[in-house]
Amino acid sequence: MMRKLSILTISLLGLASFIQAAPIPRDIDLPLPLDEWTLKFLLVILFLAHIFFINLMLGGAVLSVIFEMVGRKFPHYDALGKKISETVTVNKSIAVVLGVGPLLCINLAYTTHFYSANALTGLAWISVIPLVIIAFLLAYLHKYTWDKWTGEKKPTHILVGLSAALIFLFVPLIFLANINLMLFPADWQGVRGFFSSLRVGNVFPRYFHFLTASLAVTSLILAWWYGRKKYPVEKFLPGFTHEGLRRLFYRLTFYATAAQLVFGPLLLFTLPYEGITTWLLIIVGLVIILAIGILHLLRREIKVPNEKIGRMFIPVLLTLTLVVLLMGTARHLYREACLVEHTRLIADRSQSFQANVIGTQMRLAAGLDAGAAVGGGPTGEKLFINCAACHALNKVLAAPSLVEVYSLYKDNPEGIVTWAKNPGKKRPEFAPMPSFAHLGDEKLRLVADYILEMVSGSGVSILE
Amino acid sequence: MFFIDFFGNRLLIAVIGSIHVFINHPLAVGAYPLVTLMEWWGYRTKNPDWDNLAHRITFFLFVVTTSVGALTGVGIWFSTALIAPFGIGSLLRVFFWAWFTEWIVFVSEVLLIMAYYLLWKKWGAGIHKKLHIGLGAVLSIFSWFTMVIIVAVLGFMMGSGTWPQDQSFLSAVFNPLYLPQLAFRTTYALITAGLCAWFLIFFFTKKGTEIRQKAVRFVARWILAWFVPFALASLWYWQRIPEDMKANLNVGLLTQRFMQWHETLAVLMLFALGAIIIVALIGAIRPRMIPGLVLIIPFALGLWLLGHFERVREFIRKPYVIADYMYSNGVKVSDLPVYQRDGILAHAAFVENRQITSENMLAAGRDVFLVTCSRCHTTAGLNSVRTKFATMYGNEPWDKNALLAFLATMHTSRTFMPPFPGNDKEAEALTTYLKNLQFDHEFIIDAQADWKISSPATGIAPR
Repeated sequence: MMRKLSILTISLLGLASFIQAAPIPRDIDLPLPLDEWTLKFLLVILFLAHIFFINLMLGGAVLSVIFEMVGRKFPHYDALGKKISETVTVNKSIAVVLGVGPLLCINLAYTTHFYSANALTGLAWISVIPLVIIAFLLAYLHKYTWDKWTGEKKPTHILVGLSAALIFLFVPLIFLANINLMLFPADWQGVRGFFSSLRVGNVFPRYFHFLTASLAVTSLILAWWYGRKKYPVEKFLPGFTHEGLRRLFYRLTFYATAAQLVFGPLLLFTLPYEGITTWLLIIVGLVIILAIGILHLLRREIKVPNEKIGRMFIPVLLTLTLVVLLMGTARHLYREACLVEHTRLIADRSQSFQANVIGTQMRLAAGLDAGAAVGGGPTGEKLFINCAACHALNKVLAAPSLVEVYSLYKDNPEGIVTWAKNPGKKRPEFAPMPSFAHLGDEKLRLVADYILEMVSGSGVSILE
Repeated sequence: MFFIDFFGNRLLIAVIGSIHVFINHPLAVGAYPLVTLMEWWGYRTKNPDWDNLAHRITFFLFVVTTSVGALTGVGIWFSTALIAPFGIGSLLRVFFWAWFTEWIVFVSEVLLIMAYYLLWKKWGAGIHKKLHIGLGAVLSIFSWFTMVIIVAVLGFMMGSGTWPQDQSFLSAVFNPLYLPQLAFRTTYALITAGLCAWFLIFFFTKKGTEIRQKAVRFVARWILAWFVPFALASLWYWQRIPEDMKANLNVGLLTQRFMQWHETLAVLMLFALGAIIIVALIGAIRPRMIPGLVLIIPFALGLWLLGHFERVREFIRKPYVIADYMYSNGVKVSDLPVYQRDGILAHAAFVENRQITSENMLAAGRDVFLVTCSRCHTTAGLNSVRTKFATMYGNEPWDKNALLAFLATMHTSRTFMPPFPGNDKEAEALTTYLKNLQFDHEFIIDAQADWKISSPATGIAPR
């Protein structure tokens, strides 16, 4: 809805005014610690490594619960679910630590955009931490109670695994909302927290694309893992064979990849057009061709007799790796194209602010700035502002009134100076006074004299 | 601008950071050397009880560090990005390579933790056992190494050394507070690891068994042994803390009417350390005398002290987030004159009111509050401005001129506060907002869901 509205606005007012509606934060005034392109290259590569293990964690968590449920009817599936749940806790640890690297890179490479998106979805963003902690602890519970919670306790055990899987399914949506929101500064104004941010751009097509990808990647890796001759299937997974497991997971890979032929184009057609470039379309076209190739290879793998199964694994894996690299590149190109104009505005604004700062400092140093220059030396009257937050002439603010001070120190201005340098706490009704030793004796004396003169000149009656 | 009222932004970082430290120090940096030592001792004395105990403790460490520990570490990135984006963004630009290296060490550490725990039974005998003990040693070094790197950043926030002049990476890393703080944290982590292990021993061993007494004595000696270097490190650290920061501590606590509390606290801290030493002595000489669950007390005391060290460290670096470079509200020291002349709203990104008129006084004051005060203060919850001013001025309507005078001089009378980064009109608007806040108990529930923006007035020519 919002997006349609803003597209309408563009066509009426032109792109320039569209971008003008965006808030323009200032960038941080320190140089990048490494070359911008190296940084962005690192970001893309490290992100893909992170997302690979996220795929395995998410796909594993979902499959393990599904097989556990299937296992209630076909018991040998229960052992398969258990074995997969053991991989989840390992993959999740790797996924989290590998996430920190790309997080550092995106913080650096897209500082203002990323931080703005974080702040706009703040509560959801920070809730990622407790949510993932809970999911991790549930995943451990699921793994370590598998053989203990049987019989009557089995439904509870399934519920534990299911809860972990559901949290794992939800958290990527928060990440995607941020990664998506940072691309469309012109829409930031309309965002009122996480849920409204889901209306910006095309979060949901991206989300489903990601979920299916997780399933495809996990299934392919599992096809290899349990299909290896070295894997003791008879011992750990009685009721299965190497070839049967391979076929099972190849099928899952096939269906998930086939579903991408729906979700992929859906993602592309719902992509806001700002960032769509010819290169992006070329890459996406290439990816579609490769995906069809993968489907073809998988079909052959599933159909060949037992002794030949597994020969196509390496070609499939390599093609899939290529697809992932291309998608990572496409994603980066789209981001760059979306942000190019806004990034330029940020740079302009940051530069002109810096010029302003330096100019102001120079004028200050030369004593040219009328507002900041102090005419003449310090006087008691000017210095009294240090006291005025708490002391007033004939009124109790946060401390005794000046009239009271006068009655104590009428002929003893040095007494005020001594007290102000090292005040004690005398009265229970007030907070103790902070020390003003940093002003120095000379200035304190000016203030003390001013106070005494002001009170005596004010005509307020002094109670002795 | 992200802001959580009542609970407070400051507390969010504090809670996540503290949980992380409570896990990292006693359960990772300090614990892996201790567990490896236990495993080695069991191997040398050919006593499988030691091995079992070490294995069980490691299971606990493994689960907690790879979930709560790792996630709260990431949580520090998330929360600081929300609350102090300018601070963390600047630190990242200075320390990127340090953090990047730490990240690689961190990845290795997690892989090693998993290998160490998951291979325990598989590598159970012969040459494999030796390898496994070696793995524990390497893990201990890696997990200490993450501390080695991160403390450089923490030290930098307190004392930036010569960095503001030369902006070089090396002078930022080897800031004056780095090495003493590292020594302090390392030794204290080793002590708290002992306290935690003590506590766990009672969960993982049976009453009256030989291994329980042996283990209690073993850990007691471990704690006592680390107390000497810890005392030396504390002294070193204390000497390196700049004088004005120490003054800050006193002034800060004094103005908040905590003077007596402060003294009691110092006594309590000494008492806690003393109690730990006494329990350790008894444990070393007569392990039988230590009753089981009582050992939660030294562990709790140890964590309480650790929490307090962090609190004090965070407090005394004020008013800066990066010493002498950036104030805790994200305002750079060098930008202050511009804000004080033009006003900070004119240069802010996410605000509605940029020029102050008699009509928008209140709304603009709220903007000023969010931009300049809300990093540390809430309206009505923890560390709220309402309570602060009520303590000073009581319940009578607050005096406008007194508030203005306070804003103008708060950084001199309260040296932990930054100077007000706005112009006179903004000070007036903020005063209006504060005076209104005294009686209208407005509560900024969800700042990120309730904001408006006008296009920035300065800096860019219209296109």
